[in-house]
Amino acid sequence: MAAISVFRGILKEIRIAKGSDYKQTLIYKYVLEQFRRNQVTGAQLCRARKEALHAAQTYGCLLSSTRLHLRLHQLYHARGECRTDQAAGLVGLRLPTQPGGKGWET
Amino acid sequence: MLRNICRYQRQFGQVIWPFSFPQGHHGPNLSTQLQKAKYSSALTERKKFYENVSISQGEGGVFEINLDKRKLKTPGGKLFTVPNEALAIAVATEWDVQKDTLKFYTMHLTTLCNTALDNPTQRTEEQIISAALKFLDTDTICYRVEEPPGLVELQRNEWDPVMNWIEQRYNVVIGSSSNIMGPQIPEETKDTFRQHLNSYNFWALTGLEYVITQLKSLVLSFGLIDRHLSVEQAVLLSRLEEEFQIQHWGNVESAHDYDMYELRARTAAGAMFVYLSSESTAVKRKILQD
Repeated sequence: MAAISVFRGILKEIRIAKGSDYKQTLIYKYVLEQFRRNQVTGAQLCRARKEALHAAQTYGCLLSSTRLHLRLHQLYHARGECRTDQAAGLVGLRLPTQPGGKGWET
Repeated sequence: MLRNICRYQRQFGQVIWPFSFPQGHHGPNLSTQLQKAKYSSALTERKKFYENVSISQGEGGVFEINLDKRKLKTPGGKLFTVPNEALAIAVATEWDVQKDTLKFYTMHLTTLCNTALDNPTQRTEEQIISAALKFLDTDTICYRVEEPPGLVELQRNEWDPVMNWIEQRYNVVIGSSSNIMGPQIPEETKDTFRQHLNSYNFWALTGLEYVITQLKSLVLSFGLIDRHLSVEQAVLLSRLEEEFQIQHWGNVESAHDYDMYELRARTAAGAMFVYLSSESTAVKRKILQD
């Protein structure tokens, strides 16, 4: 069922963000309550339920994308200027070496 | 000039200044300068100065955010208030998950609330609606290429369904074109959309404008807000040509993935903002009838 995986996704993000005391956070309690509330419905195609599910998916996407974006930012863009060989190393290349030394070096 | 602003804020800084300016219409120069400053210098980050984040209800039923004992304020100096509890919790969470330093560029919901509260460019609802409709003339989905054939087919397969959906849903004609002038959008189409947009309040319109600016498409934004598309799908469709090129030439994580996650985060934040600004919770009890 899609709802369970969405719920688990959000919980995972909250756990990553907050650590061990994630159950005390406002967001955890709110999300839990929302999922519980939307479980109880007699209607087959409950529009409110679909809306709530979409909202939950969107929020899960928000949490995970901000985290991953921040991670990539730290990885690639937060270090200021780096040397040429470091920059080459980022994409897996190496600088060419010239055994006799470069022409302008003594 | 930017550094002087930072210094001024630090000196007189009871006010907290999340440094992401809204993607508004007040010129590209300031925001690109800020973008560069955001990503290049530590001056745009503050140390985390609080332990606990909580929310409280204030006058008039609005909710406020408390950082330890202090109430959060907007960059304009106003008290930071949101109309409902769900949005307050989401904003509080953004502040709560910050570690050591405050990274304002990750706090998208906060930024959107600040824009809605301060309205620094003094926009009215009509202006926002007109700008959004004008965007339809340059909507990504409407511009088709003629070659390479792989991309032509991809655009047809992926964008046509969304186009059909929106034309049916709103009973309008939009069409697409492959020449440089773009599609000819009839006035009735714009009027229909204008009527629809009039039903949104100012906060929801702020969020919608943000989504449109991020996705570069009104059609996709409507698809997302009307829950026809998920955020991932909308972002994929917005970046269709890039994805095509990535499949051909390969993916560069530090650029492609970086941009994709940033776009997803911003779009998701905008969509959440629209949902939470226009929500009304009601529990209907049904009476069983024989």
